[in-house]
Order: sequence, then C-alpha cells, then structure tokens
Amino acid sequence: MIDKFVRSVAEALEGVADGSTVLVGGFGAVGQPNALIEGLIEQGAKDLTVVANNAGTGQVGLARLMLLGRVRKIVCSFPRSAGSVVFEELYKAGRIELEIVPQGTLAERLRAAGAGVPAFFTATAAGTLLAQGKEVRDYNGRPCVLELALPGDVALVEAWRADRWGNLAYRSSGRNFNPIMAMAGKLTVVQTQHVAADPGIDPEIVVTPGIFVDRVVHIPYGDPQG
Amino acid sequence: MSEAMVGFRPLGRQQMAARVARDIPDGWYVNLGIGVPTLVADHIPPDREVVIHSENGLLGMGPAPEAGQIDPWLINAGKQHVTLRPGGSYFHHADSFSMIRGGHLDLCVLGAFEVAANGDIANWAVPNTDGAPAVGGAMDLAVGARRVWVVMEHTTKDGQPRLVERCAYPLTAPGAVTRVYTNLAVIDITQAGFVLREMAPGLDFATLQQRTGAPLHRAP
Repeated sequence: MIDKFVRSVAEALEGVADGSTVLVGGFGAVGQPNALIEGLIEQGAKDLTVVANNAGTGQVGLARLMLLGRVRKIVCSFPRSAGSVVFEELYKAGRIELEIVPQGTLAERLRAAGAGVPAFFTATAAGTLLAQGKEVRDYNGRPCVLELALPGDVALVEAWRADRWGNLAYRSSGRNFNPIMAMAGKLTVVQTQHVAADPGIDPEIVVTPGIFVDRVVHIPYGDPQG
Repeated sequence: MSEAMVGFRPLGRQQMAARVARDIPDGWYVNLGIGVPTLVADHIPPDREVVIHSENGLLGMGPAPEAGQIDPWLINAGKQHVTLRPGGSYFHHADSFSMIRGGHLDLCVLGAFEVAANGDIANWAVPNTDGAPAVGGAMDLAVGARRVWVVMEHTTKDGQPRLVERCAYPLTAPGAVTRVYTNLAVIDITQAGFVLREMAPGLDFATLQQRTGAPLHRAP
C-alpha cells in the first residue's frame, strides 16, 4: 500500500545533505512551507543553495537559515522585499552569493527541470545585464537568451490538502511556485494543512499528481501571517 | 517657478491612472505594475469588463477587500490582500508566466525610471548602488505582453527628463514600449520616436519639449 505520509517534520527531512539545492515554495508569506523551513534549520544541512522567489523576512524562516550561515547561495527574482534585512546585510558583506533571475524565467527553469527539458531560449532579459555571459540566438526576428533548467535536490512545498498517494491541491494564491517546485525536486517534501482521507482528493481537482511527491507531513499551520 | 505660475495643471496620480484606464477597451486581459499602474484598476469604466492578471497566479483580480473581509490566502504580486471577481481563476507560476511570455496579455502597464525614444524601458535597477538587485516579473512583462504602456512622472524630482534619447539606467527590455502617459502628456512611440498625442490643460509644445530629453513630434 502506498502511504507517503510521515509522522514528523524530522522524518520528512531525513537525508537532506550538505551542499543540496533546496527549492522553497511560496510567494511572500502565502504558500510558504514554514514548518519545513524551521525543520531544515533543526536538521542541520549546510552549504545550501536556496531557490525561492523572495529572500526571507525578519529573523525567522529563510532569514534565520541565512543568519545561521547555512546558505551559500540564493537564486531569487525579488530579494529586496520589505523586511529582507538579514539577506541585505549578508549580501552587502559579501557573505552570500546571489543569482538574480526574472520571475518568469525562474518559473520556466523549474518547470523545464520537472519536464526533462535541459535548457530553453527566451526573449526575457535579452539586451539586459541579466543576459551577460549567456548564449543569445535570434528566433522569429528577436534575440533570445539560453537559460538552463533548475532542478532541486530537495523541494519544500506547502499544500492545502493532500492524500496518501501524494496528490495535492492548493488554496488560492498559495499555489504560486509550489506545483512546479514539486515537479523539479529529486526529493519532494510536502507540508499540508489538511488530509483527504481515502478515496483521496477528487481526481478532477488534483493540481499536483502524487507521482511528483515523495513525503507528506500533516501540519495544520494556519493562515499566512503578514 | 511653480507649474501654476506658468499656467498649466499637471495631472495627479489618480488622474494619470484614470487617463490610462480610459484607453483600455472592454474585454482586454491586462497586467498592472506596482505604483500608479495599480491605481488604473479603480478607474476602469463600469460598463467595461477588463480582466486583471496578477503574476503570482490570479486572473480576474478585484479590488482590496472591505475591512474584516480579508482572505489571508489571497494576495497580488505586490503582496497586498485582494479579491477575486466572478469568472476569475487561480494557477501556478509557470502557467501565469506562460500567459505573460506566451503573448496572451493584451496589455501591461508599467512604471519606469526612464523610457527612450526607441521604446527601451528601464524600470528595475538603479545604477551604482551596493544593494541587491531585484527584478521580479518586470523583464517578462516587458517582452511578453502584446502592448507595453508606461505611466510615470514626466521628469525626476529635480527636473531631469525621464523621456530620453537613450536610457542611462540598466534596461528592462529594449524596444518594448509603445505609449507613455505622464503627468504632462500622452506620447506614442513610433519609428519616428516620441509622437505627442495630448498635453495637460494649459501646457504648450515648447514647454513640454523643454522637459523632454529627445525630440517630440507633433501627431500628424
């Protein structure tokens, strides 16, 4: 019998190795897998590359992981959010590496990784600083930049509802990066607000099919704050 | 010398937003950037149905919720709480940016630091700062939407033109902008460069040209 539920966050994060690339879902505070991020702080893996749209706020969650010196590099579209003080300080001190990626290119690089597409060309960023050092070719009369797929060793995802097969559904704007990160992770770990008992989530409304999911932990975390 | 003394009235932020809204036809799918572009949504005439897209995964975005009616799960790309209109939908980031990059949006309205006479736009980074750059969806929107309009002040706070021959700030995208709405004028960008469509009440061509960093052409 398939049952992807594990009993604890610690069990969910077992085996995350030093040097891993970790994909972290969420956009702002919504759809962010806070319990798994806190679990990663406890778990101890270091020298991490974190892929997330934002670079953490305040002194908790991703910001705390960075403050503890566990993040070598962040791949991000918008690190300069209000309250991203920890990241800003580390960045100015040269203690964290930043790869800035246009938001759509970030999403597509993740989708490509999940879909087995190693690289693609896009018009986004052509003729800008973010195309420096990248191959450029003309397609349909416009210059396009070569971008590489962005796979993760681990993906941390927040779902609204999950079943034992790992099928997931999300809540409104909490969907954001979660489904594409679930596809792009070698080990995809989910925290879910609710559990759908057998026979599971209605197949017509499954957003992430369970094939993309490895471990699920039930954390009724509550509403996003802020 | 104040603007009032020279006898013309620049548009305020709400008036600029309302002026943009007047030009958006019924049925368009539109993305609105942060700042004055966001205000455009409040000025769409009630007899037109315009579907607002938000990059974080919404179509059919509605106004801010009434007090006490906030859904903490429903935010826009500016991370403000919003509502969803009937006919709206939720989707993930790859679908959201497929709408943008796949040319499905009729229009994107962006703010900018500078727009050049060849349509180049600079709106994401300030030169020579030690802070981290942040791009968000600006570059995707600038190349992906079918039309890109900019709404911004005509000059900087110290009077330097924002409509320029060539951008000095780092580009968001080359040759992307086709129309600019400022507090002083509505200007199209064509093969000829800046083409004046409309001026603020009481403003004359020579004064506007003086505040513009590249030649202005009168509309034929």
